Amino acid sequence: MLIKFFIKPRKGVLDPQGRAVSENLKSLGFNNVEKVFVGKYIEVYIDENDKEKAKKQAVEMAKKALVNDLIEDFEFEIVEG
Amino acid sequence: MKFGVAVYPGSNCDYDTYYVIRDILKKDVDFIDYRQTDIDKFDCIIVPGGFSFGDYLRPGALASHTPLTYALRDFAEKDKFVVGICNGFQILTEAHLLPGVLLPNSHGKFVCKHQFLRVENDKTAFTNKLSKGQVVKLPIAHHDGNYFVDEDTLKQMEENGQIILRYCDENGNVSDESNPNGSILNIAGVSNKNKNVFGLMPHPERACESLLGSEDGLLFLKSLLEI
Repeated sequence: MLIKFFIKPRKGVLDPQGRAVSENLKSLGFNNVEKVFVGKYIEVYIDENDKEKAKKQAVEMAKKALVNDLIEDFEFEIVEG
Repeated sequence: MKFGVAVYPGSNCDYDTYYVIRDILKKDVDFIDYRQTDIDKFDCIIVPGGFSFGDYLRPGALASHTPLTYALRDFAEKDKFVVGICNGFQILTEAHLLPGVLLPNSHGKFVCKHQFLRVENDKTAFTNKLSKGQVVKLPIAHHDGNYFVDEDTLKQMEENGQIILRYCDENGNVSDESNPNGSILNIAGVSNKNKNVFGLMPHPERACESLLGSEDGLLFLKSLLEI
């Protein structure tokens, strides 16, 4: 089973990478760019067939290690098979 | 007084710290491997700067889940002393031994220079050789030194005197102009509630000989000898 984690800077937390990329896109002529947030994408493959168990484990892994909840929000998606 | 210097893969200020304790302070010191957990013989453990585990995931994140860092939690609960410098500070925040987190610098650049700092609390084991309001000069060298903490915790920290050092100019003025990385309230160094765990972005171990441009770092390290 595959867990896909999408991690992004929490609202209101400074994101210098996002700001720099936003300015860069505008300088390339993409003048309608309003905001950019740069986050992380992580794939974790686990040996587990029970989707509910995988979900529980995903939250636990995010809270314990993958995400710092002071500054980051996360979403995840489970891909079976 | 026995010192330990933590060594993680990617630590790179470990030898500087070891050298200062052994050759300048003339105190007993050992390196401690990150897989080690038997640390009771130490009185003070310094978690040095560097790029532990390549700064992968977040600075300090992977190092915060190692046997030594877990052992540091029990060590700190026994009222022994822990000091995190630069990446060491990041490790201690990720390990929740200190409040807050170090974000990337607000200007997005690595900053490397001598920086003036104002002592905010001189009643701690790490600052008893200094006085409140004193301005010192220490080197800083980091990409992720932008201290951030939620408002409620910040308020508690202020009330408890946990803000130890703030970035300032040479006259001690704390302002946006003297803030090198965007840290909230110009915070450069903090302690835990119990005042036995300290973290700071500046490098006292790089300012212990006049040859290096400042000896102010010695004041902090000598403070620890009084405990």
